[in-house]
Amino acid sequence: MAIHTATSRRQAAAAPVYAGAAARPQGGASVTLRGLARAFGDKQVLRHVDLHIPAGQFVAIVGKSGCGKSTLLRLIVGLDQPTGGHIALSGAPGGEEEPGSSGVRIMFQEPRLLPWERVRGNVEVGLGRDLPKAERQAIATRTLEAVALGDRGGEWPSVLSGGQKQRVALARALASGPRLLALDEPLGALDALTRIDMQRLIEKVWREQGFTAILVTHDVGEAIALADRILVIDQGTIAADLVVASPRPRHRGDPELAALEGRIIDALFNDQAAGI
Amino acid sequence: MSDATLKPVATAAAGAVAFPPEAALAPAAGEPAAAVKTTRSRATLTGRIANGNLIGWVVPALIVVIWETLARAGYLQPNVLPAPSAIVAAAIRLTASGQLPESIGVSTLRALAGFVVGGGIGLALGLANGLSRLSEKLTDTSLQMVRNVPHLALIPLVILWFGIDEGAKLFLVALGVFFPMYINTLHGIRNVDPQLVEMGRIYGMKQGELFWRVILPGALPSIFVGLRYALGIMWLTLIVAETIAAESGIGHMAMQAREFLLVDVVMLSIIIYALLGKAADSIARLLERLSLQWHPAYRK
Repeated sequence: MAIHTATSRRQAAAAPVYAGAAARPQGGASVTLRGLARAFGDKQVLRHVDLHIPAGQFVAIVGKSGCGKSTLLRLIVGLDQPTGGHIALSGAPGGEEEPGSSGVRIMFQEPRLLPWERVRGNVEVGLGRDLPKAERQAIATRTLEAVALGDRGGEWPSVLSGGQKQRVALARALASGPRLLALDEPLGALDALTRIDMQRLIEKVWREQGFTAILVTHDVGEAIALADRILVIDQGTIAADLVVASPRPRHRGDPELAALEGRIIDALFNDQAAGI
Repeated sequence: MSDATLKPVATAAAGAVAFPPEAALAPAAGEPAAAVKTTRSRATLTGRIANGNLIGWVVPALIVVIWETLARAGYLQPNVLPAPSAIVAAAIRLTASGQLPESIGVSTLRALAGFVVGGGIGLALGLANGLSRLSEKLTDTSLQMVRNVPHLALIPLVILWFGIDEGAKLFLVALGVFFPMYINTLHGIRNVDPQLVEMGRIYGMKQGELFWRVILPGALPSIFVGLRYALGIMWLTLIVAETIAAESGIGHMAMQAREFLLVDVVMLSIIIYALLGKAADSIARLLERLSLQWHPAYRK
């Protein structure tokens, strides 16, 4: 396992890193980045990022806005092309996963539902066109039930609340049983209570399905509540790589988590002084 | 005329989304229903008028009543403005002779033929230029130059080319209908939410599926604005063309009546144009409502 900063090695020694992931069924894809770089014109957004994410791990990427965290996620799922280095995704059986294939899914801050398709139709978008219609409908209905919207399949998206729309978007991403789920601040536009609800839902489906999850967020508390491992991105590089070893389900207000949150926030605002 | 093809399109687009008829009428609907609680039948009738499309007919009906009253009282000269009853009588007379149904048929057929040709080409070019940069670069400059020529200014040229045959009318209607369809289709395709297109790509949609499932439905509201606007231009062009040069149709009927000073028939022709225009718009709105059920602005 390629881990990069002195900090993260210390952390890794202090706690068993991937114990949680190893216990789950091998349903995830592993992600390996080698010397990844992305520049927009003269601006170097990401510089030489090395990273290995083992299959089934839940990784959160935090950083200030403009630090390159969303760019990193878009590169991993193939929405953008790197200007240097390379990315390898491999599924559990060893096969390569292509972005745009049913093995890699992304959820955005906006639900991006098709307003002219009913809720079930939107979930079926996640299944492609290869399956027979009846089977697609059955899977869509089942996936909607998993996100507690089983009775809303026949509605237009415009009548749903913001949290419900994001749940439909989650169902669409999950419908094909992805090995890698990328989450680009999916809860950023939701109110605080709906957000906690959604965090629990995401954690639940991740534990059930065992995919690899990469969550980009600006909410450090959210990262700590959900992730096995937190990457702090600053000025285009991984400034810290931390393990969250607390058992699940995690309780908000746990002093250990609060201390970790304090350390991460210190790292974000003053990485020299924090000494992590 | 040339400005009219672009500018009202924008206002019409805003109007179509922001002011569905029900929403605009909703506050007014509550008052009469609350005021009239005397008998059940009256309350439901008032409710139906207020809630349904019937309320749009209250003002025209009132105008007809006042007009008839003034005509009967002798304030209106029959050879200047005949009474509504005289116009109805003319309609019955011409229907019985078969002249009215025939004229309506001829005019409607002309309008639709021009609309299908011009609207079809406008839709096709709008789609092509919206989807392909190459196609747009190749044709858009030429189209924008032609658009700035008022199409009715071509009437003398068109008469020289086609005489006063059907070809002349078809050409003018097609030309007039083309631009609103073209511009609104192009605008609709360009304004499809790029985030949805990106989503479609990530979910593995191929070009064809992306077009049918994301781009076309996204452009449809704007295409309907173009359709309704084109229908207005269609009747306008046809009226002018038939009035200037025709041997049949409603415009011809009106011009003939003018020569014999049959003011009632002239009035009848104008009213029929208005009704035909209204009918075309109603059909377009029905189609709009059926195909845009997902849109909150078009839902009951």
